[in-house]
Amino acid sequence: MHPRQKTALVTGASRGIGAAIARRLARDGFAVAVNYAASVRDADAIVSEIERADGHAFAVQADLADAGDTERMFDAVSDRFSQLDVVVHNAGIQLLGAHAEMDGVALDQLVAVNLTAAFRVLSRAARQVSDGGRILALSSGTTAVLPPRYGVYAATKAGVDVLIAVLAKELRGRGVTANAIAPGPVATDLYLKGKTEADLEATAARTPLGRLGQPDDIAGAIAFLAGPGGEWVNGQTILVNGGLI
Amino acid sequence: MAHGQDKTALITGGSRGIGAEIAKRLAADGFTVAVNYASNPGSADAVVKEIVAAGGKAFAVAADVSDAKAVATMFESIAEQASEVAVLVNNAGVMELAPIAKMDAGTFDRMVAINLKGTFNTLQEAARRMGDGGRIINTSSSVTKLRQPAYGPYAATKAAVETLTAILARELRGRNITVNAVAPGPTATELFFKGKSDELIANIKKMAPLERLGEPSDIASVVSFLAGPDGAWINGQTLFANGGAI
Repeated sequence: MHPRQKTALVTGASRGIGAAIARRLARDGFAVAVNYAASVRDADAIVSEIERADGHAFAVQADLADAGDTERMFDAVSDRFSQLDVVVHNAGIQLLGAHAEMDGVALDQLVAVNLTAAFRVLSRAARQVSDGGRILALSSGTTAVLPPRYGVYAATKAGVDVLIAVLAKELRGRGVTANAIAPGPVATDLYLKGKTEADLEATAARTPLGRLGQPDDIAGAIAFLAGPGGEWVNGQTILVNGGLI
Repeated sequence: MAHGQDKTALITGGSRGIGAEIAKRLAADGFTVAVNYASNPGSADAVVKEIVAAGGKAFAVAADVSDAKAVATMFESIAEQASEVAVLVNNAGVMELAPIAKMDAGTFDRMVAINLKGTFNTLQEAARRMGDGGRIINTSSSVTKLRQPAYGPYAATKAAVETLTAILARELRGRNITVNAVAPGPTATELFFKGKSDELIANIKKMAPLERLGEPSDIASVVSFLAGPDGAWINGQTLFANGGAI
């Protein structure tokens, strides 16, 4: 008998790191729910790409800053998938500003999208993911590197690390692991936008490996944690940044 | 998975327990494996035979890692028998437990000699000889975070290994070599079970939310990940692999 195909939900999967994770998990044999907030075209393109490579995927719209949308997304996933094995919470925003300058709106937005939305996704994932499943969240290397102007952003991501570590303990007895991956600078369109060649070279030079991260570098680490070899890693945040300091 | 094709991996303390499992896993990944042992050629030969029987490539190499000269000779011998070490797994180590008030100096010195200086010795050889694209994986221990009584000197040697890991990663800038550590929790090896009551083992199993002991294969798969293409962007880190115990 053919074993049931494993399933994964990736949030913020229409572009950048999220898209690389969706593609990779599909290549590893997962049927993938590709969540997007606004860019339906990008999400559809990822789904088509996965299907062309004989994978299974569907796009599911939800603005995760909205609690109702989040519930609707998980409901849509349970309509399509009889079980949910892996949730990768990747959606997030980055707004920068020094403490002296950052306004209340930016602060509220960062907290709403990066922390409150993460909590809601993890909370629902804890209820919906099957025994033996995996819950993964994207943190950020800025929680370790602590660059100026990244204060609130890094604080929301440090919050995600803590949620993950606590969740891992709460999932005791179900064989479900919870981990975070903390990428450093990754050469996504969003990251490259507005940066000069000199900026990029300076950042690349700060990593011992002498380059920027690629979305596939992050997807590789996620694939390990989502796969059979990563079972014994639990409650951790793994810095995946080429050794940037 | 044959990303190890034509590359040599050295596993120190590869004749037993977690080290033997790592040797077998990297051989399955396609590496030619040098199985280091200090004093037990029988066990090392058995691991080599098992790898060869499964269609892999392996050979045994003797060296007490606490002896810098012996380590240099071992690296030379591996380069002659196969090729320069492309993946170094520092797994050799000893664990002796006693409260700080009671541990004798000889035991302390032996742990420092093997766990810290032994790791330093192989790191130094690797830093001098390893080619572009190499991978170094050290073995720490989750006790650096668990910090149970009686683990003081052992945990201190492992914390030192984590520090060497982070610093060597930076020193190897420009050579495309990653240096990381794996920190296992309680793992079901012969050594682990020795002298432990059933009740104690049952309690230790409950430490992790996954409610079991680690298996050597759990640790070997993390090492395999760090030695393979999916682990390429992890550098200077210690990965805790303990089922969520800490």
